[in-house]
Amino acid sequence: MTASATQRAIDAIWRIESARLIAGLARLVRDVGLAEELAQDALVAALERWPESGIPDNPGAWLMGTAKHRAVDLFRRNKLLERKHEELGHELEAQQARSVPDLDAALDDDVGDDLLRLMFTACHPVLSTEARVALTLRLLGGLTTGEIARAFLVPEPTVAQRIVRAKRTLSEARVPFEVPRGAELEARLSSVLQVIYLVFNEGYSATAGEDWVRPALCEDALRLGRILAGLVPKEPEVHGLVALMELQASRLRARVGPSGEPVLLLDQNRGRWDQLLIRRGLAALERAEALGGARGPYTLQAALAACHARARTPAETDWVRIAALYEALSQLTPSPVVELNRAVAVSMAFGPAAGLELVDALLSERSLADYHLLPSVRGDLLAKLGRFDEARAEFERAASLTHNERERKLLLERARASVPPST
Amino acid sequence: MRFMILIKATKDSETGVLPSTELLSAMGKYNEELVKAGVLLAGEGLHPSAKGARVKFSGGKRTVVDGPFAETKELIAGFWLWQVKSKEEAIEWVKRCPDPMPGTESEIEIRQVFESEDFAPNDPTGELMEKERQLRELSESKGR
Repeated sequence: MTASATQRAIDAIWRIESARLIAGLARLVRDVGLAEELAQDALVAALERWPESGIPDNPGAWLMGTAKHRAVDLFRRNKLLERKHEELGHELEAQQARSVPDLDAALDDDVGDDLLRLMFTACHPVLSTEARVALTLRLLGGLTTGEIARAFLVPEPTVAQRIVRAKRTLSEARVPFEVPRGAELEARLSSVLQVIYLVFNEGYSATAGEDWVRPALCEDALRLGRILAGLVPKEPEVHGLVALMELQASRLRARVGPSGEPVLLLDQNRGRWDQLLIRRGLAALERAEALGGARGPYTLQAALAACHARARTPAETDWVRIAALYEALSQLTPSPVVELNRAVAVSMAFGPAAGLELVDALLSERSLADYHLLPSVRGDLLAKLGRFDEARAEFERAASLTHNERERKLLLERARASVPPST
Repeated sequence: MRFMILIKATKDSETGVLPSTELLSAMGKYNEELVKAGVLLAGEGLHPSAKGARVKFSGGKRTVVDGPFAETKELIAGFWLWQVKSKEEAIEWVKRCPDPMPGTESEIEIRQVFESEDFAPNDPTGELMEKERQLRELSESKGR
């Protein structure tokens, strides 16, 4: 193997092994930051050793063994220090003899719980959202600082800083390395889900940068979601989130036109939807619903996405069901944008007049005052009702609100076209 | 990226020898690992080629040829579809696979699947992205 081939192989091994390695070590040393440093030390040792010795048959065990040795060394050193301070030399050897086998036993346990603890720790509310995202991708996704920086278009030192600070915060706040129980579990789980969905959305509709879809980041999020579903298979919302991500990811290919323009859902070439991901998404949705999660926010959104996925043509879309799902979502997580979506769904299901009624109720909503999609939707409904003068004014207003040149042109075109059909 | 992992057939798999209980349980564990790592998208084992057929195309003519087929090494006995970051990662996962055909020489082939990165477009001005971000919020129902 050439040096660069070995390097790529080590990258791949790291991707597969790092999370379990860090999780196992974190349980041992009770400190996620220290665990990551120990794991990194083992990686450095591998990078030094493997190009010459070749990659061992069981690289995961090699890395764990190396990291464990360092942990044991560290423990011994600390213990020695402790001893010196306390001047209690007698029991030293007996304690060491006891502690080392315990470490072995501890590390051979099932790693599933460790991974779960690691996820909950990385997404702990004591950290900022950015820190949670960076730490999760780093500790569980196996991404390097450079990869995270590229994904979120921030300078690498910023990400490095964020991670260092996050680890310090966790340690100073003495965040226990554990899976929360009872009522706390739900709140903490929703933080984990939020972080994963945030990563997904950054890939699905990037907020900045050259590409507006970054499928690699969607893949990272999907992978984290699937890992989580494997760890807590009885939590409906986890399957709901996985379903939502699989279904949305199934459309990645169809969302962008040949010249780079975004293609709206109803205009997409459904032949380009990824049927494998749709099947997986629908299966995950079924699991979420079977577990009683039908009313959870992610499961509801997945159910919405599923309505589109099941329709072979836009005309086959079950708008009545979509309108009902939006209503449920609107009750669960009320927001003017959800309400506007509901208005559109209602207009598709029950006609433009019914939709317009809901849109008009949003006109006084201050958060939508400069939101061009409100007059845009309203213009569309007015045009369908034959109220062309009003429609034209709405399209013009929408055009004046959008910051996007391409979209402004389109809206002005619609304004010009808003005249009674010539006889 | 996605890879199709092809398990090549052997004399045993072609004569319909079923995997032993040990192998089945080892493979089950391995599959579980793949699922828990978020890597496995799909996978199936295939019956021997004796139960299959081939349709040959030549100058507009279609000829059906029934199995079994002779060139065992070129046949496959099963496949997985994986989502991983690199070919190297696929290789590392395959190396962790239990020997699929114990007692005989066998081979697993790794082939990349065409997919969506190929058409991830450029947006030099960043404008389109902003539009996309806004459109997204409504794209679940109807655009405008």
